[in-house]
Amino acid sequence: MIGKPSYSSDRTLPLVVLLGAILIWTLVSLLRVFPESVFPSPMAVLHGFIEELRSGRLLDDIVASLFRVTTGFGLAVFTGIPVGLWLGNHARARTAFLPLINFFRSLSPLAWIPFAILWFGIGDLPTVFLIFMASFFPLVLATVAAVANIPSVYFRVARDYGFSNTEMLTNVTLPAIAPQVITALRVTAGLAWLVVVAAEMIAGRAGLGFAIWDARNGLRMDLLVSGMIVIGVIGIILDRILLKLTKIPSVRWGYER
Amino acid sequence: MNDKPLLLDNVSFCFGSIDVFQHLSLAIERGEFVAVVGPSGCGKTTLLNLFSQFLKPSAGRVVCSERLRMVYQTDSLFPWQTASENIALGLRHVKKQTERDRQLGEMLRLIRLESFAGHYPHQLSGGMRQRVELARALIGDSDVLLLDEPFSSLDYLTRIRMRNELARMLMQLPRTVVLVTHDIEEAAQLADRIIVLSDRPARICAEFEVDLPRPRELTHPSVVTTVHKILTELGLEHEGKRVMVSPTAEGIAQNCS
Repeated sequence: MIGKPSYSSDRTLPLVVLLGAILIWTLVSLLRVFPESVFPSPMAVLHGFIEELRSGRLLDDIVASLFRVTTGFGLAVFTGIPVGLWLGNHARARTAFLPLINFFRSLSPLAWIPFAILWFGIGDLPTVFLIFMASFFPLVLATVAAVANIPSVYFRVARDYGFSNTEMLTNVTLPAIAPQVITALRVTAGLAWLVVVAAEMIAGRAGLGFAIWDARNGLRMDLLVSGMIVIGVIGIILDRILLKLTKIPSVRWGYER
Repeated sequence: MNDKPLLLDNVSFCFGSIDVFQHLSLAIERGEFVAVVGPSGCGKTTLLNLFSQFLKPSAGRVVCSERLRMVYQTDSLFPWQTASENIALGLRHVKKQTERDRQLGEMLRLIRLESFAGHYPHQLSGGMRQRVELARALIGDSDVLLLDEPFSSLDYLTRIRMRNELARMLMQLPRTVVLVTHDIEEAAQLADRIIVLSDRPARICAEFEVDLPRPRELTHPSVVTTVHKILTELGLEHEGKRVMVSPTAEGIAQNCS
């Protein structure tokens, strides 16, 4: 019989799977199925991780990548949501702009890499640009859809109770779209984190993406894997932080209905 | 100054080429509870929208109170606000916080939802949500209540309970009420006067008065007789002969014209 997993099993099961994966990894490397140069052992990766941590390079790379993601993603949020709100409220503008926005949304942000380097050189700027390009269009589209889905009766009620135009925006539109926008933020933040790694590999001189590219060039597979693990873990942490937004009482309705 | 809080004087209204009303006149007395029944799409909701000045008549004159509140067919509570925050919308004009708190407390007691004040709409049952909707419309200094099929989404038993609840609330907070409904039992159990509309262009094809204090029992002879009279008017029952039919006004257009 299939029962509902208990709270403790919810916590221990993923841990068991993780330990199992590390065990298999250890066994494969102990049995020398692949040469050490292309399949580093967990111990080698741990040592590489400690080495990077001690030298301060790891922290620098994390800071560089997080700075770029925060800047590019922040810019996308502060421009994409207002643009989405405006388009959501103006049918003609929506008809005019949506095909173009859809086009850019479908275009992989990595296709912009050559132009990013041409226009902004190497460093923070091209990466920030690429992250912006990756997050802006999906955020606009999600906001437009959320605005279009607000039941019109909410605006009737707001009008009945004498809301001003500003209040319509702050007390009706924004809270009504909040759950959908938060979901979009989680998706686009994940996208931004994917893009930063790829962008730094080509257009960076620091950052986690650059670090694993550098490790590959130096044939340091232990550092490469250590970098990969750090990237994955930070990705999960970022999503966890944004997940906290969905716990705000006034947006729960969007997830519980 | 006209002492009729609601008045349609020779009003015509059309949606494009569709004539909804032609020269319709209807006066509603202060404190009166009027129910409007009629076939689907005959313009019952339009009638309320004219009273609330959401729609302007094509011809004729509409007089209505400024302190008018409407309860909608669809869930119109703001899902991002708690029950008490939703009700407090009706107190926006009250400047003093202490006075607002006092009235809110009284209202929560009246609708017996004190312990649910901090709950969000999605955490309440359908009946509770409807009580909050009524409370939001009744609180403050409104004097006219427009109800657009407020109980249509509830199950049969909850609907009967809500009728008693509404009657009880109106004893405490008397209002002029216009109830649009397709539920003929509801009309007979609640209203002082029942207006039967014909199919488009709608005209008043019958009026019935029920001289019985509220709350009324559904099986009270006067209520049963009124239901029978309305159904007879709509051609669904026949004088002196009872036919088993569902007491709704759907598909009765031809009989009424």
